Amino acid sequence: MNPLLSVENLSLEFRTRSGIVRALENVSLQLPEGGSLGLVGESGSGKSVLSFAVLGIQDAAAKITGGAIRFAGNDLLADGGSAMKNMRGRELAMIFQNPRVALNPIRQVGQQIEDVLLRHTALRGAAARARAIECLSDVRIPDPERRYTAYPFELSGGMCQRVMIAIALACKPRLLIADEPTTGLDVTTQAAIMRLIRDLGREKGMATLLITHDLGLARDFCDNIAVMHAGHIVEVGATETLFRVPAHPYTAQLVRATPVGQERLEALASIPGNLPDLRRSDLPPCRFSERCELRSATCATPLPTLTASAGHVVACHHPQARTSS
Amino acid sequence: MSQLLEAIDLVKRFPVRVKGRKKLLHAVDGLNFHIDAGETVGLVGESGCGKSTLVRLLTRTLDITDGHVRFRGQGIGLIAARAMADHPLRREIQMVFQDPTDSLNPRYTARQTIAEAVCLLTDTRGTAAIDSAVEEAAAHVGLPPELLDRYPHQLSGGQKARVGIARAIVVKPRLLVLDEPTAALDVSVQAVILQLLDRLKREMNMSFLFVSHDLNVVRLLCDRVMVMYLGQIVETGPAREVFARPLHPYTRALIASLPGGHGNDADLLVGGDPQSPIDPDAHRCRLFGRCPRGAERCETQFPPLREISRGRSAACHFVAPTEGDVYVDAALALHQIDVDPARRATVATEFERLASMATLVQAVPLPDDSLPAPQYRP
Repeated sequence: MNPLLSVENLSLEFRTRSGIVRALENVSLQLPEGGSLGLVGESGSGKSVLSFAVLGIQDAAAKITGGAIRFAGNDLLADGGSAMKNMRGRELAMIFQNPRVALNPIRQVGQQIEDVLLRHTALRGAAARARAIECLSDVRIPDPERRYTAYPFELSGGMCQRVMIAIALACKPRLLIADEPTTGLDVTTQAAIMRLIRDLGREKGMATLLITHDLGLARDFCDNIAVMHAGHIVEVGATETLFRVPAHPYTAQLVRATPVGQERLEALASIPGNLPDLRRSDLPPCRFSERCELRSATCATPLPTLTASAGHVVACHHPQARTSS
Repeated sequence: MSQLLEAIDLVKRFPVRVKGRKKLLHAVDGLNFHIDAGETVGLVGESGCGKSTLVRLLTRTLDITDGHVRFRGQGIGLIAARAMADHPLRREIQMVFQDPTDSLNPRYTARQTIAEAVCLLTDTRGTAAIDSAVEEAAAHVGLPPELLDRYPHQLSGGQKARVGIARAIVVKPRLLVLDEPTAALDVSVQAVILQLLDRLKREMNMSFLFVSHDLNVVRLLCDRVMVMYLGQIVETGPAREVFARPLHPYTRALIASLPGGHGNDADLLVGGDPQSPIDPDAHRCRLFGRCPRGAERCETQFPPLREISRGRSAACHFVAPTEGDVYVDAALALHQIDVDPARRATVATEFERLASMATLVQAVPLPDDSLPAPQYRP
């Protein structure tokens, strides 16, 4: 079966005054219809840049230097992005990190949902309003008629995030990109929002790309996980496999640095060093090699793409053996 | 252990106007707790539950409405927040703030930031003496001396967090209040900072009040935890035990909400937003409406915080000590011994298992002066 979203060898650069930042290099990933993929990594690893590129809303200084993005068979980059204008918001939608900043502070939340409907559907007037109220009730907002006229500042953080989800889902998209949808929310609200996204995804057969730095969250809500480091995807695999037998040393260290399920503080691992400066002209083929314990002379040669098991891919010369099972 | 800090019926109410009428927002509503010398206490709760207000009351940067705060046996509740800046107590209670970027002066180098605390709060004078104090603190938090002359924008997130901690410990406080010190950090850096804090608490014999919404972190770092909900403490106990066997429905919901598959979905909170903290109904449980266990009684009868078993308290009508708890408490009282809080839950479960296997022929009677030793049948 053809994947719904397929990113193939995508490279992206930012041209800045202090040099060219190679933000993405040869990034490939696939997301099947109705599936869920978690994109994890430290801040600055390129997770958001990748998702913006998929939606064609990257910064003006960004330039895609190679590769392709295919959505349901169509090449999104082919005609300079004009095909994207009609698909964005209808077929692909996004939930942004901070709902208070992403919502328009001086428009009623119901109207902000209607804006999407007016742009992409034939609904007008009372019908559009009725549909907007339906969207609010879809995301389990109590008393949707009254909330239609609320402004973002009148709602709690969790409610604002629900409104944003309602806007994203108004046109029943086939792909939802959620960029850190619960950062800044309380754990109890986080649990409610994540379950809502998961349940709505199942109801509507929608694929989800979840961007997060929280491995525990990705583990709970995604079928597959892709790990990013400094603009590279270093490992992709089924969630359970990735946690049980991480093959890339970076993934293994991320798993050990997460306090979830750890019994002692001493058992927490830290990852030495920082992300490399992506403006450097002498970036090694493996951008993790300078922080890696397993580095050897072969790491200076081009990266291999190894298949550890079915559907489990790793870009490393020294993939870790199945130490734990 | 001696008590370092004690709060008695601590109350903070803020006057607010709702549709032109004067009302009171109950931010902190009658808290009683203590922090022992050398102890690490975690404070957990959602945003808006009064954590930050409580921190400001304890650090005496906000005036108290009612109640008492004692620090090393001395009442400090009446020190006006305005007078705190020049008070000798300021050296004893220090804070580490949430966002290391926002809480450092961008125009001060790391050295200047740390030195400022030394100049203002200690008697150390002279460039050489101040420099050596700064370098000692930097070494303590693992900040390389060559980074001391950098400005915050030249430091990474983890390094800035270290500067924030060094600034607080350089004056050797007795109590360090940490307000979500790792919330702004990546997991890879968070682990190092947590291990650093763990080492500091052992080396410097300070008490920590660790404010966080991440129970996973609190469980690993803290000796004891207090769970707050809408201005009140709803559960306290040894951190590992509370995590392994939460009693209060709110604590259970917090744990069930954590990513990583702890607890079960039946414990999650129902309903939407919490009750308003403005003039709350004094006869109703604060969790009523969101609680998966809520009953009629919860609406008309307020559940106070009460001791469930030794060292563990919860504010819920439906929490009762288990049989194992009763046995353990009785055994502890009889032999006048204490059990490692981390192992207590295991011991209690083991008691229950034995009791349920009916190998325990003669049940241990409830605490009484003449407790017989348990009789086992071969």
